[in-house]
Amino acid sequence: MAHLITGLIFIPLLGALFLSVVPPRLARPAALGCSFITGCLALEMWHHFDAANPALQMIQQHVWIPAIGAQALAGIDGLSLLLVLLTSLIFPFAFCAGRMSRGFYSIMLVTQAALYGTFTAQNFVLWFLFYEMSLLPAFLLIRIWGGEKRDRAATKFFLYTFLGSVALLLSFLYIYFVRGTFDFAELAVLGKTGLLTGNLRWLAFAGIFLGLAVKVPIFPFHTWLPDAYETAPTGASMVLTGLLSKMGVYGFIRLLLPLFPNEIRIVGPWLLGLAVCSIVFASLAAWAQSDLKRMVAYLSINHLGYCMLGLFAVTASTAAPAVEAQAALSGVFLQIFNHGLTAAALFYFVGLLEERRGARGLGDFGGLMQRTPLLCGWMSVAMFSSLGLPGLNGFIGEFLIFKGSFALAAGYTAAAVLGLLITAIVFLRAMQALFSGPLADTCGNFPDLRLGEKWVVVPVTLLMFAVGLYPQFVLHIFNSTVTQMARLLG
Amino acid sequence: MSTSIVAHLWLIPAVPLAASFVILSLTNVQRAAAAGFAIAGQVIALLLSLGAFWPTLQTPGYRVFQNFTWFAFGEQALRIGFVLDPLAAVMLVMITLVSLCIFVFSVGYMAADRNFTRFFAYLSFFSAAMLGVVIANSLLLLFVCWELVGLASYLLIGFWIHKPSAAAAAKKAFITTRIGDIGFFLGILWLYGRSGTLLFYDGGTGALESVGLLSLGTSATFIALLIFCGAAGKSGQFPLHVWLPDAMEGPTPVSALIHAATMVAAGVFLVARVYPLFSLGAINGVTPSLTVVVWIGVITALISALIALAQPDIKRILAYSTVSQLGLMMVSLGVGGVAAGIMHLLAHGFFKALLFLGSGSVIHGCHEEQDIRRMGGLRGLMPVTFFTYAIGMLALSGVPLFFAGAWTKEEILHATSQWSPSRVPHYLMLAGVVLTALYMTRQMIYVFFGDRRAAAAHAHESPPVMMLPLIVLAVCAVGFSVVLTPAWPWLHDYLSGERATYNFSLLIQPMLYFALALVAAGIGLGILLYRRASEIDPIERTLPALFRFLENRMWLDELYDRTILGWARFAARLSDFLDRYFWDGLVRLCGGLGRLFGGLTKSLDERGINAGVDDATGVTRALGRFVSARHSGQVQIYLSVIAVGMLALLFLYAWLT
Repeated sequence: MAHLITGLIFIPLLGALFLSVVPPRLARPAALGCSFITGCLALEMWHHFDAANPALQMIQQHVWIPAIGAQALAGIDGLSLLLVLLTSLIFPFAFCAGRMSRGFYSIMLVTQAALYGTFTAQNFVLWFLFYEMSLLPAFLLIRIWGGEKRDRAATKFFLYTFLGSVALLLSFLYIYFVRGTFDFAELAVLGKTGLLTGNLRWLAFAGIFLGLAVKVPIFPFHTWLPDAYETAPTGASMVLTGLLSKMGVYGFIRLLLPLFPNEIRIVGPWLLGLAVCSIVFASLAAWAQSDLKRMVAYLSINHLGYCMLGLFAVTASTAAPAVEAQAALSGVFLQIFNHGLTAAALFYFVGLLEERRGARGLGDFGGLMQRTPLLCGWMSVAMFSSLGLPGLNGFIGEFLIFKGSFALAAGYTAAAVLGLLITAIVFLRAMQALFSGPLADTCGNFPDLRLGEKWVVVPVTLLMFAVGLYPQFVLHIFNSTVTQMARLLG
Repeated sequence: MSTSIVAHLWLIPAVPLAASFVILSLTNVQRAAAAGFAIAGQVIALLLSLGAFWPTLQTPGYRVFQNFTWFAFGEQALRIGFVLDPLAAVMLVMITLVSLCIFVFSVGYMAADRNFTRFFAYLSFFSAAMLGVVIANSLLLLFVCWELVGLASYLLIGFWIHKPSAAAAAKKAFITTRIGDIGFFLGILWLYGRSGTLLFYDGGTGALESVGLLSLGTSATFIALLIFCGAAGKSGQFPLHVWLPDAMEGPTPVSALIHAATMVAAGVFLVARVYPLFSLGAINGVTPSLTVVVWIGVITALISALIALAQPDIKRILAYSTVSQLGLMMVSLGVGGVAAGIMHLLAHGFFKALLFLGSGSVIHGCHEEQDIRRMGGLRGLMPVTFFTYAIGMLALSGVPLFFAGAWTKEEILHATSQWSPSRVPHYLMLAGVVLTALYMTRQMIYVFFGDRRAAAAHAHESPPVMMLPLIVLAVCAVGFSVVLTPAWPWLHDYLSGERATYNFSLLIQPMLYFALALVAAGIGLGILLYRRASEIDPIERTLPALFRFLENRMWLDELYDRTILGWARFAARLSDFLDRYFWDGLVRLCGGLGRLFGGLTKSLDERGINAGVDDATGVTRALGRFVSARHSGQVQIYLSVIAVGMLALLFLYAWLT
């Protein structure tokens, strides 16, 4: 089964090459076809995955550059598989958003390969290679196909994340010089007893934290995000929010938390404070936005704040009870999946509105419910999912996060719950502005959902319902991983 | 038998839910099918509810539950379940019966609406969610259904979505109740963390059973109060009551079903359901959390009864009356009269639905006019509506003997009189009884008596499909009394898990005379005040300042808008501002510093290092030029230089020696 990982990484790359020879009008079908193959591979992976076994599976190990401890080591556990599945889901979804040129799909496929690599690599050098490999395509996607101010936004995005990556790399080089390994599993074992000593360890910690905090992003390292998401074309925004932000969360879970448990416990209250700030300030800022895309972008920060709250609550408290740690971690993992799905869907819907109207300000629409009831109805489902309505996917993840973190850090959690309220205000305000009232003159000739759009919207929405009503099929993927990680981190 | 019933309990909400989804898939023109599916679903739910009700009659204190795992996370399982006990059973029957009446009424009321099918889909969805709340055996499942009820309410208040006021009211309702729900959610988290389960009953280990309660200790007070936040939001308790009167923007059947009979009672139901949390560690039936419930209830009941006095809109009067009655129910629960509170909830469900549907019939007959000052003298034009409305009014006012509301109110007053900490709630509730009779009399006179004013000129009686539900509900409002009297307190004992005994001599209690006197005072005062009703309210004429204060709902909405909402909006703008200029400014500052450093390096490079290298090379070059100029290749010059040199050396030698 080991070849599955190789296949996942190389098929999109081959697809990207292949796209350069297909006729431009076949670019999107070709990209979708490529996604279909990777999707099948991911499902095959899920099929062969032993969910009861918390250890790494489908390991692929090759000597690469022994002189610097670089091994081509890849494998999956529950978390990796979850993210691989999410990647396989979001990309075809993003390909369906708007018709773009051949180069766009080509670069998207490169990003996809990089993401598969990031989520499966188990050695720092390999991981970092893929991590950086995703950065450049993302930059190009914004820079070439972005809206107005794309130049500035793309540069800001690139410099911001790149600086973070440099700090991350330097920290890891230091760790390597001291401990002599880049292997995640070995580093995690060393982390138990203290990976580094002396004051320099704080520098290493800060470097890794900065690199990942920018990627997630955590307040106050988030200011690149609204600009980048706002400017990027719809498909790229979907991938940025659905997957690239998850690289940061994934990095926290794989790199920072197991490696520096003692350090995190010391600065825990500060980290929790930052997570709460992410949740509250981002949702407040979303309230003040009049651009739909920017609004969704801020809510993305808010939702990832819940992930960080859960993670920091588990790691910051001394001897967290297994029950609570498992709840919080399960919630975080589920939230990773849910946010990927829901935020991508929201960007997709905003894209549909923008395509019809040529603008995406809250004030540019009005009374859409009378003209396009289906579009409004399905978009409302995504919005309600995002604001955490029970019965839809968002609720379960948030409930589990809050359940775990309330027991571990009650004060912070109580403050974070405000985010749930403000999110509701933000979405209801948007729904009021878009859907209700008299039909705006400018929206008089909007077409409702087209057949092709229905084929995209309905399955995605059904998935939201499925996760909301029967979350077990997602939770099952990572239950044993959660149990093991709760033991490791708690 | 009993296990099979609880195993199929889920069907009761599932049938309307399925109906709702089927109707949603219909097109706008399939009206008959939509109404048919909705009503059929409701009839089945009613029959199933009656089927569930039956076994609870057999054994006093009947309670069966069935729990199952919803999902597993880590090494644990989250379990939810369904419970059937007298509380759930009577609620099931009441909700399905009232819903059925209102569904039938809606066929007539909404006949002209373009989105007729969607309306029935929403109604069925609401009914399903509400039934889910009632039979949930887990606080989490209850919360899930609770939120779905909120969603249904949001959709139905904003049903006429082209009206901006309806959309605003829907948003207000959802957000105001969600404020309460945030507290409720925290209460759930706290309870879950402490007791490790959210099941109410689980064979001795549930959160409401001895083991679970023991693990709570003093946190029970806080948990109970947090849960009460949710109840206060849904049941329109002060200070979260402001959404309920605005919710009257929805179609009238919605007001009747959701914002009078069922959903708003969910808060009262919730408190009754988790009553052991409230009463844990009670001394003489008093705990801090219950005391809060009492006082919030008292404030709510009184201020909304006062506000109702000065409202011109027929539905808003009823809305404030609902808020007031819900406050009364909360008081009852708070002072320990759980059964009395639930009995009033049930009775209120019938007569308030009746009143709302009656008001719908009036509005329909008066061509969408809602201002009572423009009606008048309708009793001759709309006899059935008038007659049924009068029954509802008498029941709400609490006229003794024949009307359901009287018996339940009397029981509540009795319970408040027993409350040990203070007699004040009792007296204030007595005042509330007078106020209720007063504002209902005002409404009756304005709508049905006196001269026919503008809107009443062309009024007509409603079609039979709308009158039938009125009659059924009127019969319920009267007939329900049979099980409420002290002579045969069947419902009270059923809810308390006892067997009722018959004793006719207990029928007339001293409180009854007292209540009769109060109601008579209220109605008499009303007739005195309003008998010559005109477009200007008598109170407005005599006390204009007070009237304006009440008419404007004590300016609470404006107060909230200026304070909390204003601050929140300011915080939002501030966050955005900080983000754009402060945090991003810091980033730009870093970028600027980077550029500055680059510029400095560049100039240092150009002016310093590069210039230095340039200078150094220039000197060398000049020296070279100078030297190369000397190497002219002319022997004469070389010889003369040598000669000069020789001479210089000779002179030097001579001078030195």
